[in-house]
Amino acid sequence: MAMAALRREGRRFAPMISSRPITALRSSPLAPSLEDECPLGVRYISTQVVRNRMKSVKNIQKITKAMKMVAASKLRAIQTKAENSRGLWQPFTALLGDLPSANVKKNVVVTISSDKGLCGGINSTSVKISKGLHKLNSGPEKETKYVILGEKAKAQLVRDSKKDIELIITELQKNPLNYTQVSVLADEILKNVEYDALRIVFNKFHSVVSFVPTVSTVLSPEIVEREAESGGKLGDLDSYEVEGGETKGEILQNLAEFQFSCVMFNAVLENACSEQGARMSAMDSSSRNAGDMLDRLTLTYNRTRQASITTELIEIISGASALEG
Amino acid sequence: MLRRALGLLPRPIAAARARSFSTDLPAAHTADATFMEAWNKVMPNMDPPKTPLSFMHPRPPTPSSIPPKLTVNFVLPYASELSTKEVDMVIVTATTGQMGFLPGHVATIAELKPGVLSVHEGSETTKYFVSSGFVFIHANSFADIIAVEAVPLDRIDANLVQKGLADFTQKLSSATTELEKAEAQIGIDVHSALNSALTG
Repeated sequence: MAMAALRREGRRFAPMISSRPITALRSSPLAPSLEDECPLGVRYISTQVVRNRMKSVKNIQKITKAMKMVAASKLRAIQTKAENSRGLWQPFTALLGDLPSANVKKNVVVTISSDKGLCGGINSTSVKISKGLHKLNSGPEKETKYVILGEKAKAQLVRDSKKDIELIITELQKNPLNYTQVSVLADEILKNVEYDALRIVFNKFHSVVSFVPTVSTVLSPEIVEREAESGGKLGDLDSYEVEGGETKGEILQNLAEFQFSCVMFNAVLENACSEQGARMSAMDSSSRNAGDMLDRLTLTYNRTRQASITTELIEIISGASALEG
Repeated sequence: MLRRALGLLPRPIAAARARSFSTDLPAAHTADATFMEAWNKVMPNMDPPKTPLSFMHPRPPTPSSIPPKLTVNFVLPYASELSTKEVDMVIVTATTGQMGFLPGHVATIAELKPGVLSVHEGSETTKYFVSSGFVFIHANSFADIIAVEAVPLDRIDANLVQKGLADFTQKLSSATTELEKAEAQIGIDVHSALNSALTG
């Protein structure tokens, strides 16, 4: 009867511990180990489960801390490049202005994303903006196609817009980013995709914690001429004398291609910076979470340990008093 | 310690950025406004993405009299060589030949071919060899030179130039396809321009 009372006591301890917000610690894992570990008649409450969990959470914390440091060093390397490339698109915007609301028949949305995950929400933001642009520019006689850079956007866009995807390019960052690589890429895109307007969607890097989704518009030379003739933003483009080449159209064609490669270069660098920055903050909050979890688990562990010591003592003492009396 | 590392990073960014936020929008509101309206109709729950105009310093309007100096921005993909530098004159090698730009020059768009770019400021001249690019002169005496690659002349090795010229001439004579011929021709053009830049 004393044993029955003890058994009830033991059982009462187990659910008390598992009612803490650690969901995986249900009473069932404790119950089998109660019966497993004990020699006949003696009962321990096992701290094994809690200890295992603590070990794995500690490992996760170490890994995420390391990932954060790696992301910080990669960010430092690529940030100087991105800032130096910021002067590259400004002359084009100064000359040709910026017309995100240009009404054209063939839109191409170039979505820039990362290949690797664990970088927070930046890829989802880019994909949402791309889908928004698609909706914005769809209508009678208008069509929007996607050119995707990066695995993450591919995974999301392939699901519902598979027929609108023209080109998919991945493993962009296998070699360090440089202008030659990006200009070859831009050449490929321009060769294979018919476009009136190219809209490049990327995350612009403001600081380690702030990334702004941005869309840069590059118009084809025909549309530039059309907008220049209709006045408005590009109205004074005609006042520019164009040197060289046989026709103005040829120069504008070269200009559009050059503009696209410059804007792409800057966009790819900015997106890479944003990716590393987002990964830093994601891994930072992850390690902080792991730390909190570890604190809670330690408390649970101590409680479990003390409970098992108390149980042992009770058993010994009641066993001794049963023998005496 | 981690927080300090985090804090160290934004500072160089803050120092380096010469750009203002969208509190400083230039007069080109109209395109942005139409875009924002259209966006809000289609995606009311999301903020519209920013556009490059909101990240640029607005350029000054065309002054009524000719300004004394030309303001030059010379950018390369990996660096901003000169940014808003006030100079007296700039000479570039356009596809139609050498062109000089003084303050008050008429607005022009010119494509560059491999050659020398010289920037004249007072009595000093800085010369660069430019591979190719574009130059925009705006009516407000701002000059934007965008080059793919540029090196100061003193960094060029004459022997390598000669060797390269010989190589490409040989390649042109042995080229079979149009593509190879075009590539060899480009090589010859660049190297002979380098040659004349070093000698002339």
